[in-house]
Amino acid sequence: MTDLSVTIGSLRLANPVMPASGTFSEALADAIDLDRLGALVAKTVMPEIRQGNALPRVAETPMGMLNSIGIPCKGPEAFIRDAIPAFKRFHPPFVASISAGTVTAFAHLARQVGEGGADVVEANISCPNLEADGHAFAVSAAATAHVTKALRAATDGPLWVKLSPNAPNIAEVALAAEAEGADAVVVANTILGMAIDIDHRRAKLGAGMGGLSGPAIKPIVLRMAYQCARALRIPVIGCGGIASAEDALEFLIAGCRAVQVGTATFRHPGAMIHILDDLDTWCRARGIERIDDLIGTLEPFEAPRLPPGEDLAAE
Amino acid sequence: MSDEPASTLLAGVAEHRVGEHLCKVLANAAVNADYRHLRLAAPPAALTARPGQFFHLLCPAGASGTPFLRRPMSVYEVNAAAGEIAFLYKVHGEGTRALATLRPGDVLDAAGPLGRGFTIDPAWHRILLVGRGVGLATLAPLAVVAAAQGIGVTALLSVRRPDLVMSVALLEAIGAEVHVVHDADGSSEVRAVERRLEQMIAAAPVDAVFTCGSARLLTLLQRFVAAHGLIGEVALEQQMACGLSMCFCCVRPFRVGDLVEHRRVCWEGPVFDLMEAMP
Repeated sequence: MTDLSVTIGSLRLANPVMPASGTFSEALADAIDLDRLGALVAKTVMPEIRQGNALPRVAETPMGMLNSIGIPCKGPEAFIRDAIPAFKRFHPPFVASISAGTVTAFAHLARQVGEGGADVVEANISCPNLEADGHAFAVSAAATAHVTKALRAATDGPLWVKLSPNAPNIAEVALAAEAEGADAVVVANTILGMAIDIDHRRAKLGAGMGGLSGPAIKPIVLRMAYQCARALRIPVIGCGGIASAEDALEFLIAGCRAVQVGTATFRHPGAMIHILDDLDTWCRARGIERIDDLIGTLEPFEAPRLPPGEDLAAE
Repeated sequence: MSDEPASTLLAGVAEHRVGEHLCKVLANAAVNADYRHLRLAAPPAALTARPGQFFHLLCPAGASGTPFLRRPMSVYEVNAAAGEIAFLYKVHGEGTRALATLRPGDVLDAAGPLGRGFTIDPAWHRILLVGRGVGLATLAPLAVVAAAQGIGVTALLSVRRPDLVMSVALLEAIGAEVHVVHDADGSSEVRAVERRLEQMIAAAPVDAVFTCGSARLLTLLQRFVAAHGLIGEVALEQQMACGLSMCFCCVRPFRVGDLVEHRRVCWEGPVFDLMEAMP
């Protein structure tokens, strides 16, 4: 059995595989053993009660999907009363994903869920910042610094900041989160996209645009996770299109300390368990005893060489 | 039992309600111009499916590639003795076109059983089923299970054309009283159906009403159920992603008192209280 444990700041996880926020609930216990996961991550909670976006909320795309759910939510009180105890029945650390439209509301919510029993606060800063003309906090290093600083002051527990791939320079935003006290960054959220029904000349999503997820976005997010891991001292948690142990290994080798699995669970409810089993098998087959030894081991390319006989310089 | 047992992808599935079952295709034949009947060899965990529940099917590659998301499909038949489950589906989109390419011997990944099925009260004497088109596929197993418990079944099937009617033999075999209405002669018109239903329950009173497949029939039945002081349930459809309550893609609005509430078809449904559903 490979030692799959990893450390994210002060937190030790049994393994690096956890669900991505919004693609998981305790109902998945009907299909898999949740106690095998590295952590449990709830759907984002916001300060207000919300119905969510207009239908349709999902559109299929090649190797992926667009969604515009709009974070339906019953509010923090219901979350603390009902959701947190439901997740705390299981052993892995419980990560509460939070979001808010203002810095003050964000910080207040972080304190609430921290006191309510969350082991980790994951700040989903991809939502519109009502104080900045609706631009997401995560698209600006300054706004990210501002909100992270307030969150850091509001909670003593582990604080993860989930970044947006829609930022013009994600490593800069990640550095801002690190400078203001984030314990880790999650790279990344969905990529803003669109699909149109040509027969009806209407957007396929009720909200017009939505977030693209699934294998289609993996190379883009892997590149971003690599850029962030190179730039940061704090851990990076990779999230984007991971559907197999091989995908997870790419993120770990690129420098991620853990991975989140989202849309893959929609295709295969057992995806995270298969990834864990296959990570162990892969490591054992190569004599790798600790997965930690793999993290950030991306080799630089040697100078390109032409095959023998075609080496023109030798002539 | 089928010669080759189906296998299950999820380890320890006995402890888990929902399995990801790799089922061998036994048959996938056209029933008429629009519909196909898909029979699968299924492991014991899949055979616990109740009427109204569904499986989330991972479609094979079709003419336009492999559909990324699974497709929810309500179970049409469960034959526990033979180790089989079956679906009746209309070929109309990318997913069902892909399903139509399955041949005997192929393997289909079916996750389930999922969702909340129909209520069946053994104290009932008779139930009324009102199905439109493929909605009948969802109601048929309810008729079978109710009849097995000694509950009488009256069914009204609404179809576009008489040649598209299905399952009359199946329903008559379990002793159901079957009425077919169709668009060609106007007998499927809302007013005509309402008159017909009044005659049917005058002749044989019912305790509960079940429907699937038509917003117009749902509205009619809400009126009918309220007028006769009955109870009822409706099986609803919605585009889904996860099928397991997690993504909130498949919500629909429901009337709860003066409020409108969103519920997930995959989780709180797909069977809902008839009066709370909004067409």
